[in-house]
Amino acid sequence: MEHFISLFIKAVFVENMALAFFLGMCTFLALSKNIKTAVGLGVAVVVVLAITVPVNNLILNGLLKEGALTWLSPALGDVDLRFLGLLSYIGVIAALVQILEMFLDKYVPALYNALGVFLPLITVNCAILGASLFMVERDYTFGESVVYGLGAGVGWALAITALAGVREKLKYSDVPEGLKGLGITFVTVGLMSLGFMSFSGVSL
Amino acid sequence: MAKTKELLFDPVINNNPIALQVLGICSALAVTSSMWVALVMSLAVIAVTAFSSLFVSVIRSQIPSSIRIIVQMTIIASLVIVVDQILKAFAYEISKQLSVFVGLIITNCIVMGRAEAFAMKNGPIDSFIDGVGNGLGYGAILMVVAFFRELFGSGSLFGMEVLPKVTEGGWYYTNGLMLLPPSAFFIIGFLIWGIRAWKTAQIERDEFKIAPNTKLKEA
Repeated sequence: MEHFISLFIKAVFVENMALAFFLGMCTFLALSKNIKTAVGLGVAVVVVLAITVPVNNLILNGLLKEGALTWLSPALGDVDLRFLGLLSYIGVIAALVQILEMFLDKYVPALYNALGVFLPLITVNCAILGASLFMVERDYTFGESVVYGLGAGVGWALAITALAGVREKLKYSDVPEGLKGLGITFVTVGLMSLGFMSFSGVSL
Repeated sequence: MAKTKELLFDPVINNNPIALQVLGICSALAVTSSMWVALVMSLAVIAVTAFSSLFVSVIRSQIPSSIRIIVQMTIIASLVIVVDQILKAFAYEISKQLSVFVGLIITNCIVMGRAEAFAMKNGPIDSFIDGVGNGLGYGAILMVVAFFRELFGSGSLFGMEVLPKVTEGGWYYTNGLMLLPPSAFFIIGFLIWGIRAWKTAQIERDEFKIAPNTKLKEA
């Protein structure tokens, strides 16, 4: 239990997807102009990450790893399909996002309306694929991957909401001509990221 | 000929994918702490963007528009797998340093964006050149950021010592901040400032005007 809690805290703060690994930056910068949108997108990312990372973990351990296909027939014991990894992960993500969208549309229309336009966008969010790839690289078990997916999502949502908060105030300030908009946002994110670096000393 | 040149060089300065279109930033920040790594990453992105644009453009009239995203994704993902395997075979050390970021080329918005916005509407050769151009625009920013980070962070360029370090009897105190990820944000931020001071057309307009203060006493 303690192991899972520390993994969660680590995924949220120490290894924050957006501010320590810079994943999902495109959407992070483009859609952080107001808090409401940021929260919607953040929730969508949490949901998608919490589902896709464990599913990709199952795909890796059940189909792709060396010797994973023995449950089909013992002759397939030395087949290593890991080079197909990238293709299968992105396929799983795209398919899951599509299914999730249809499911929410039918059964939870309130949530569907809230997430609406953000769900399809998420397929091409690097944070989603990134989390799956980190899961592969670090060899997480199924339980760990559930916690990691959730934690990575919460961390990303936290970061985008915080940035949106800063940017809402920032638009009333007098910024030099050329730095307006994108430039000052980069500098702001840099400062936030410096702040988050202070968590890197926390040992769990 | 003039059009080819425009396709190739327009994305480098005038319409830079990173500085103006805000695409493909994720990897731009994480892989720029040394110039070699940045160079390899730029080459990988140029190759993937160019060939994915080429292939998407070749089959563009056969792709049903409802599943075009999936088709593009499959083409891109296959190309990235090829690049990843090549790197693992011939440049293992660098491929270790790039870790997940080679895989993340798949979700690099530049690749997807060019396939969707340009290759679906234009011929194969133009698309290929457009892909190379956008890859170059990405690579240019990456190299500039890596130049500053490696020079000030470890006093070297491409691993060759330029500023002799104090620890090795020289005079240069290395700036640790430059090796940390946040420095990339500052460099890109100021780079955008520089580009926009030069190309003033790129400056973003205010969403609204701040009215002058009417209370005389406080003003």
